[in-house]
Amino acid sequence: MEKNPKNPPIDRVDGRMKVTGGAKYFAEFEMPKMAYCVIVGSTIARGSITGIQTKKAEASPGVLGVFTHLNRPPIPGWDSPVTGNANGPAPAPPSGGETYRILSGKEILFDGQPVAMVVADTFERATYAASLVKVSYAKQTSHTDVGKNLSKAITPKGPRFADYTRGDRKALESAPVQLESNYSIPIEVHNPMELHGILAHWTGPEEIMIYAKTQGVMATQQAMARAFKIDAKGIRVHTEFMGGGFGMGLRTWPQEVATVAIARKLGRPVKLLMTRSQMFTLVGHRPYTLQTIRMGADANGKLLGIVHEATAETASYEDFTEATVNMTRFMYESAYLETRYKIVPLDRSVPIWMRGPGEATGAFALESAMDEMAHQLKMDPIEFRLKNYTETDPERNRPFSAKNLKEGYERGAKAIGWNQRKSEPASIREGDWLVGYGMGTGTFNASRGQATVRAILKSDGSLTVQCAVTDIGPGTGTAMTLVAHQVLGVPLDRIKVEYGDTTLPPGPMQGGSTVTSTVGSAVMDTCTLIKKELAQLATGAGGPLQGQNPEDLVLEEGQLYAGNNPSKKVSLLELMQQSNMPVIDKTQLSKGGDEQQKYSMYSFSLHFVQVNVHALTGAVKVTKAISIADAGRIVSPKTAASQMIGGAVGGIGMALTEEALIDHRLGRFVNNNFGDYHVPVHADVPAIETILIDKPDPYINPMGAKGMGEIAIIGFAAAVANAVFNATGKRIRDLPITPDKLIGLV
Amino acid sequence: MSTHNNEPNPNSSSRRSFLKQSTALTAIAFTPGAAVSAAQKGWDEQVALAFEQLPLRLKVNGIAQQVNVEARVTLLDLLRDQLHLTGTKKGCDYGQCGACTVHVNGERVNSCLTLAITTEGCQVTTIEGLAKGEELHPMQQAFLKHDGFQCGYCTPGQIMSAVACIKEGHADSPEEIRRVYECNICRCGAYPNIVNAILEVKAKGEKL
Repeated sequence: MEKNPKNPPIDRVDGRMKVTGGAKYFAEFEMPKMAYCVIVGSTIARGSITGIQTKKAEASPGVLGVFTHLNRPPIPGWDSPVTGNANGPAPAPPSGGETYRILSGKEILFDGQPVAMVVADTFERATYAASLVKVSYAKQTSHTDVGKNLSKAITPKGPRFADYTRGDRKALESAPVQLESNYSIPIEVHNPMELHGILAHWTGPEEIMIYAKTQGVMATQQAMARAFKIDAKGIRVHTEFMGGGFGMGLRTWPQEVATVAIARKLGRPVKLLMTRSQMFTLVGHRPYTLQTIRMGADANGKLLGIVHEATAETASYEDFTEATVNMTRFMYESAYLETRYKIVPLDRSVPIWMRGPGEATGAFALESAMDEMAHQLKMDPIEFRLKNYTETDPERNRPFSAKNLKEGYERGAKAIGWNQRKSEPASIREGDWLVGYGMGTGTFNASRGQATVRAILKSDGSLTVQCAVTDIGPGTGTAMTLVAHQVLGVPLDRIKVEYGDTTLPPGPMQGGSTVTSTVGSAVMDTCTLIKKELAQLATGAGGPLQGQNPEDLVLEEGQLYAGNNPSKKVSLLELMQQSNMPVIDKTQLSKGGDEQQKYSMYSFSLHFVQVNVHALTGAVKVTKAISIADAGRIVSPKTAASQMIGGAVGGIGMALTEEALIDHRLGRFVNNNFGDYHVPVHADVPAIETILIDKPDPYINPMGAKGMGEIAIIGFAAAVANAVFNATGKRIRDLPITPDKLIGLV
Repeated sequence: MSTHNNEPNPNSSSRRSFLKQSTALTAIAFTPGAAVSAAQKGWDEQVALAFEQLPLRLKVNGIAQQVNVEARVTLLDLLRDQLHLTGTKKGCDYGQCGACTVHVNGERVNSCLTLAITTEGCQVTTIEGLAKGEELHPMQQAFLKHDGFQCGYCTPGQIMSAVACIKEGHADSPEEIRRVYECNICRCGAYPNIVNAILEVKAKGEKL
């Protein structure tokens, strides 16, 4: 990471809490008489319950209740007919299909579906009692394999997912150079380190205190208000620390709502803590997706057509969609463009967006195909991309708000040593290892939502900044601190940020790479209000800078200066004391304007990797990685670099190790634990260099900052696959690139 | 794989049967009304609870602790649920992720795979025991400086392993650290920063 002298890196503001064990995650809060809830999941993927024996469990020591479809406590908002609601009991999906409501009937729609929730006074007693629940089933044939159920594929409703074409198809059909390739990505599971669950206590007839693992405390509050038909004001949700999310906390899951219902029934606090294996079935996953890319180009490397088709799994009871093919529509100039997106309802639990959601899946196909085409054309892959580079968005016919990918290609190529790459695959060998280089591009929508921030400046020199946003790990609190510091000059150690609680001013969910843009801008707006007030105080009648134009004042390091005469100054503290203002307390709602209609706003990324492939075993090691972010101005350089590194590590997992495998005869996972589902570990990860282009986007928001949570992973897996091809001459189109796919190269 | 989650504990189950029988015998001595009343008040349960609890003495972060635990309680759950030391994290409960790493008599262990009762008389150190008051342990300081975490959930386990990694003499190069230390998963992907933190602490050569 290069350092920007004007914005030096700072340590994470919540870092001390995290390294000392002081940070409290949802399961670590305690309440008097707290009970523990454990889920019993179905052992079949399709069928119905024919009998359920709970007596033994009920009689087991310490058990407070065993809840099944026969006695699940009421959830009023779900039990009556419901309208479309992403967080709740989906009504029948728009595409047709069935309804799933937790513990509400005999039907089993997916493996691991909760069939009982057992509550006891200790975790051990609940866990043991759960083992005593015996369920018998009438089993039906389950369908869990996308490839074998393509006849059920449907196009989801809504303009975003409709088939898309642009230009004349003849351009593609008559292209002198053509390719058609099929790609697949397996089921991947978010698997944040913290196990999922919830802790809930009804503190009054219409009042609930909830400690949750959610990416949006307000979203959880709203979901519970709808489920229990009570005023959201009575519901407090707290998630100050969250042990990772990667998308799995973007909705309120049915078992969370059921736990709250059980807590009401039992009249005491109940804590649900799921097992790691349940994390594979009950909190979503990245869907298995098949893709086809057809591409045509002229001999000079000008793209004449791209067709990108994707077909992904969803649940039989809910339509899950993501923007898998959308990036292809605007990434490169192409005479003809066509995208198609379909989903296949299966006997599976519903997916949820996983880091860089559809785009990461789509970019694997598109950026692999770009590499394949470059090879066919005998062109350098970077040169081929530059040949088809576009400064304006060809999908919407309007300019990008900012795009600095050309600079990225140049800097990335230099950093990885692209000039050492041989265009002929399998040309470099070092002992038993074949060496190759590859790159991939990523992009994700950048936007600005709305948030309210309260800032309280006290004459003792302290500043408190509040917003109900959640920080799942990227460093939102640190970014908020830096923005406030940059506006008001209050020393970093005198700034306190408060977030992750519904009692704070309304803030957005942490998701979709929007938080820095949204909340950062709101912090800036509110702190600017305070600054204006200070300037008025200083320049008004009797003020120390009386007569100066308030607009011309400069605030630096706690001092207000007259812009034209730096010797005229006053410290903020003196000013507040002199003006008899112990506190300046401002709250401001902040949101974007019509800039989103005028410009296409995206963050971009580039990933360059060097791989070693063992000639005998086919084992792949990423030996060097450069990740480049073109995400506007960088607010917090240290945490931003870590975010890019984290995305690259996720990309290594996507490319090389991660695959949740289903035994399709049973419709069940065979590797639903960390021993068998391989997320990257230390040994898989080399030093990773990050390059932050750090150029403000002039339109997105006053800070010029865009998100980078998604772009950090988008395009990385393709970079690895392209490097593996360069090293070996073997093109792997089915992730992950495990040794069995490369064995026997020699 | 899944150990105590699905398997009934045979010892516990037989003890339960014994207790049921003995309670039944006791009941004969009572009038029927008294037996019903005893059952209604859950005395049965309280008797069972008392029999299932075993006394345990250990030192945690230098402080002597005297507790009663069921034989099936893990060191991890003892620390988190009974001693309220929630810095030690539960990431899988199967000994596969390292988030629960603590030191028992100076050796790193997965506390989720360690039955609490086996730590009788042991010295246990958790993340809460590393800092000296306000002064952070050098490894905590290095994690902060190198940003060796994002969400922070695996961090206590990473730090406890990192300290052990150096003490065990396995921190001489980035390659060695990556190889020896791969039993701690970080899903946010802070690995390169963690390696840098360990290398710095090792290079300083302070006593850990």
